[in-house]
Amino acid sequence: MSWKLFWLLVEASRLTIILSAVSISLGFVLASLVCAAVMSGNRAARAAGRLFVSFFRGTPLLVQLLLIYYLLPQIGLNVPSEVAAIVGMSLCTAAYQAEILRGGFVSVPRGLIEAANMCGFSPAATFRRIRLPIAVQLTIPALTSEAIMMLKSSSLVSVVGVIELTRMAQDLAASTYRPLELYAAAGFVYLVINIVVAGLGLGLEKRMSWGRL
Amino acid sequence: MTEKPAIKVEKLVKRFGANTVLSGIDLVVPRGQVTCLIGPSGSGKSTLLRCIAFLEEANEGLIEINGEPLGFTSGEYGERNRLPAAQIQKVRSHIGMVFQQFNLWPHMTALGNVAEALVTVRGMPRKAAEERAMAQLSNVGLSARAGHYPSELSGGQQQRVAIARALALDPDIMLFDEPTSSLDPELTGEVLNVMRELAQSGMTMLVVTHEIGFAASVGSKIVFLDHGEKIVEGRPDEVFGKPRHERIDQFLDTYLDRGAATLL
Repeated sequence: MSWKLFWLLVEASRLTIILSAVSISLGFVLASLVCAAVMSGNRAARAAGRLFVSFFRGTPLLVQLLLIYYLLPQIGLNVPSEVAAIVGMSLCTAAYQAEILRGGFVSVPRGLIEAANMCGFSPAATFRRIRLPIAVQLTIPALTSEAIMMLKSSSLVSVVGVIELTRMAQDLAASTYRPLELYAAAGFVYLVINIVVAGLGLGLEKRMSWGRL
Repeated sequence: MTEKPAIKVEKLVKRFGANTVLSGIDLVVPRGQVTCLIGPSGSGKSTLLRCIAFLEEANEGLIEINGEPLGFTSGEYGERNRLPAAQIQKVRSHIGMVFQQFNLWPHMTALGNVAEALVTVRGMPRKAAEERAMAQLSNVGLSARAGHYPSELSGGQQQRVAIARALALDPDIMLFDEPTSSLDPELTGEVLNVMRELAQSGMTMLVVTHEIGFAASVGSKIVFLDHGEKIVEGRPDEVFGKPRHERIDQFLDTYLDRGAATLL
């Protein structure tokens, strides 16, 4: 395989990285809201949060992407397919990230919150200074895995016409008749990206580690 | 305020579902003294302490801290009226609490744990808070460990940091919930020593403990609970001296080796 072909794959991986990074970040913001809703005292908010999670976790991302791609023009939004892809990926990862965050919050030992309570912390201060930092530290490994999952799942957005890494490999395979080499090369590029992501996650985990609870 | 007891508990009832844990406890904790709550596991002593800290809400009865009602007041017809949250927080600010599991915040250093509430709750500048925290840490003999995280400290050191954290907020009543129960025997002494010094400084203390020796030597008053009821209360020599209440005898026999029981 020529370097020229390989370079085309690397170029296409830029879109994979951008789509994933944007979706994971937007998904995190949305997940925080969904997690807050699911854990809130408000019944309507709790129900809405649970419905969101069960829908986006319970249906395939592929189906969600197709739905969004065909739904947006129906409601009068003509957006580029990249935007449809980001919307779909963000919604899907938000459901998973919300559950990961919730798991982190319920794992914060009750005694730590009682200690804050005895020191006169308001609920908001307890959240900001005690619950949030501990929950984030507890969930970094799971969030890193989720980021890696999303990077790989981004290959699905080719169905809505986004030319990312997998789609580029497909197209090149079709025109050069060398599928084996191209898919192997695409897999290699995914692997390199994900090793970097895993390394970043591990670094973050180390930086925030203050030992066991 | 001086003639009012530090803590006054009246007819306190606490139920968890169908299970009555405290069945009408009356208790007076005098100012400037050490009161020790002892009794078998499940006797309700920790629950009583947690009700006084307002970490649990009692189902019936009233609690006064320095003469001020905590949580509820008695209405015209004997009904209980809940006080506003700000009032509850104000009364609770007189109380410092030390837990069996230390409950230090794992993401903050020893210094950070002690300084945190001074900054977050009292609004002190970080630098001033840390200076005050450092003074508190050196009072419990831990200034050399200020930069260590809880996971890097022994159980005894963690509990001393927890005591410093509570004291930094300048409470006038300190509650201890089995402060040495999760410590190895050789680490128990250092925590009891800190508590002994605190008692000598005139702090009002209410201590739930299994350390009968500590209760007998430092306590001015011993309260023995069993099955959610107050069985005996009095000076250590009255409670532990002979003739002894039958239930105390049983308790000492079951919970201590006999040698220790005869030493008292």
